[in-house]
Amino acid sequence: MRVFLAEVIGWLQFVYQTICLALGQIWANKMRSFLTMLGIIIGVGSVTAVIAALSGLRAKILTQVQTLGTNTIFIWPNRPTTGPKANASWWDIRFKPEDFDDLLTYCPSVLRFGRTSGLGRFTISYRDKSVERVEVSGTEPAVHQIQHRTVSLGRLISEMDEFQARQVCLIDPTLRDKLLLDKECIGQTILIGYHPFVIIGLLEPRPRSIFSGGESENLEVFIPFRTSFRINRDPWIMAIAESRSPQQNEEAVAELRCFFRRTRRVGPGEPDTFNVQSLENELRTFDKIALVVTAVAGGIVGVSLLVGGVGIMNIMLVSVSERTREIGLRKAVGARRVAILAQFLIEALVLCLLGGLLGVGLGQLLTWGIANIPKAELDMAYIPWQAIALAFLFSGAVGIFFGMFPAIKAARLDPIEALRHE
Amino acid sequence: MPTQDSHLGVPCDDVVIRLEGITRIYKVGVESIRALDGIDLEIRKNEYVAIMGQSGSGKSTLMNILGCLDRASSGRYLLCGQDTTKMSDAQLARIRNKQIGFVFQSFELLGQLNALKNVELPLIYSGNGWLSRRALAREALARVGLADRVRHKPNQLSGGEKQRVAIARALINKPSILLADEPTGNLDSHTSEEIMALFDRLHQEGQTIIMVTHETDIANHSHRIIRMLDGRIISDTAMPRPANKEVPR
Ligand SMILES: Nc1ncnc2c1ncn2[C@@H]1O[C@H](COP(=O)(O)OP(=O)(O)OP(=O)(O)O)[C@@H](O)[C@H]1O
Ligand SMILES: [Mg+2]
Repeated sequence: MRVFLAEVIGWLQFVYQTICLALGQIWANKMRSFLTMLGIIIGVGSVTAVIAALSGLRAKILTQVQTLGTNTIFIWPNRPTTGPKANASWWDIRFKPEDFDDLLTYCPSVLRFGRTSGLGRFTISYRDKSVERVEVSGTEPAVHQIQHRTVSLGRLISEMDEFQARQVCLIDPTLRDKLLLDKECIGQTILIGYHPFVIIGLLEPRPRSIFSGGESENLEVFIPFRTSFRINRDPWIMAIAESRSPQQNEEAVAELRCFFRRTRRVGPGEPDTFNVQSLENELRTFDKIALVVTAVAGGIVGVSLLVGGVGIMNIMLVSVSERTREIGLRKAVGARRVAILAQFLIEALVLCLLGGLLGVGLGQLLTWGIANIPKAELDMAYIPWQAIALAFLFSGAVGIFFGMFPAIKAARLDPIEALRHE
Repeated sequence: MPTQDSHLGVPCDDVVIRLEGITRIYKVGVESIRALDGIDLEIRKNEYVAIMGQSGSGKSTLMNILGCLDRASSGRYLLCGQDTTKMSDAQLARIRNKQIGFVFQSFELLGQLNALKNVELPLIYSGNGWLSRRALAREALARVGLADRVRHKPNQLSGGEKQRVAIARALINKPSILLADEPTGNLDSHTSEEIMALFDRLHQEGQTIIMVTHETDIANHSHRIIRMLDGRIISDTAMPRPANKEVPR
């Protein structure tokens, strides 16, 4: 037992020694070592950056899914690309308010739903100030409840507002400031087009969502759903539904599809004329895409690691032949074959792991770079630890694989011949 | 202390080296060269032997076999009573590490390591701890008179100093024999004398030494001269000890 322990400690010391030696060797040939590692550095760096971008994007989507609610389902009209309705006009495809009648009866997994109507862009004015082209939408009270929207002042649209189709609206602080309204603007009347509306609430601004498009300055005005028909008789209707629990998302989606296929008279075998999409579903779709992208990036990195590995092998062969006399001397003073083998293997390994380390560093730099690209939605990009572990695993494997042949060559050298070299 | 490699525990009280009918045949193409042709030799503890002979007579070949760097084509080589001809490569490596100190004509120091690290090298392969390595290497360097050159790299040392570092390295594991193949071959006569003075002192301290040389002056330091020709020993004479060398310091 003690002999065994001494053996282990001896080996650890030897490994430590060899690592120091290898680092010395690499430092002595800085330029050469760096060029050799370049393949691995670039490979590891680019793949970690890609993974960082994907992880960041996923994290972003995930946080938004969480703020929007994990059991949220979006419903919107969609023209199919095949089937008899492929050439139908958008007019035929759009939702009508009555399409939603009795929805809750037929879709037991749906807790509640709310419709929104896109009315188009309007000029909003207050006294002599006006702001052009502001998106105005009608919403049922449930919409804001499902989306967890809040007001910083006043109140949200109520069932009474909806029922009585009152001329009331919610605006956001940006619009308030642009119109030079009072800070406490509740109760003031603005004009949407030519229609007067009383402000009942000031919306808490939402962090920009990837689902709401790229415009950073999104002025929002909401009026009750029913009221919206006074302004536009045929608005663009979409809906948002909430399932009873995240586990019932899929059921709810299936029920909704079934329901709309019937009410919208989609024939059997024909494609849907609408989309029912849960946020979770969206996330799963993203994961699928991310997997493909990761695989492609992995393939690219595989090739570059292969090239890097051949470079390592080449440089190790050069190193072995340069140091033939050294190998001979080491053998002459008692180095066993395994010791020589280990020395060169460790040297290749150190070279590769150093390459991996620099590669991860490069990846981190790239990640900072892409995180600062404006409007790219990549500000949450980060390198997950698994990617780092994988990078080291792979570069280590490359080191052992491509370092093996030169190391075996070194270990097999005959001491006398090696000492007689050149 | 009996361990698994008991051959290291064998005391080299009397006969350190025993060669019985050693031959070494090199095959070059279809030709075969008998570099060694039936060598019988016995070397006792604390002997001081010089091997002489013209170029190509097989001196280096013999030294390589004595140093376990090479294997004989036939014959038996007993080192401290252990038959090395039957040993595995790993066992021979261990013998080279523990039992043999080899000094080369061209020093063979590693250029990127300083004197201390060069001297430590054999200890790395014998599993010594870091601290004991340091201490032993310093001690060995002090023994060859280089205590103040510990941090020097080989290219910052003179030829004689380099050879002394190499000797310190050879001595570090307290080997049973010190083998030196033309240790002064690359040195001027003055430096050669210094190295030989060192050898004399090591011998007086009890070291068994075998060296190869072309120069009679150098050979005269030894107490036994073996002459070789065409792979055979042609003479083996004990030297009458010169009076001036016997005076204790
Ligand atoms: N690797 C080898 N392959 C073939 N022949 C060899 C080899 N090594 C040595 N020889 C031959 O063996 C013979 C003895 O060589 P060796 O090197 O032992 O001579 P030496 O006595 O040391 O000579 P020198 O004084 O020049 O060093 C020579 O004839 C040489 O050509
Ligand atoms: Mg020779």
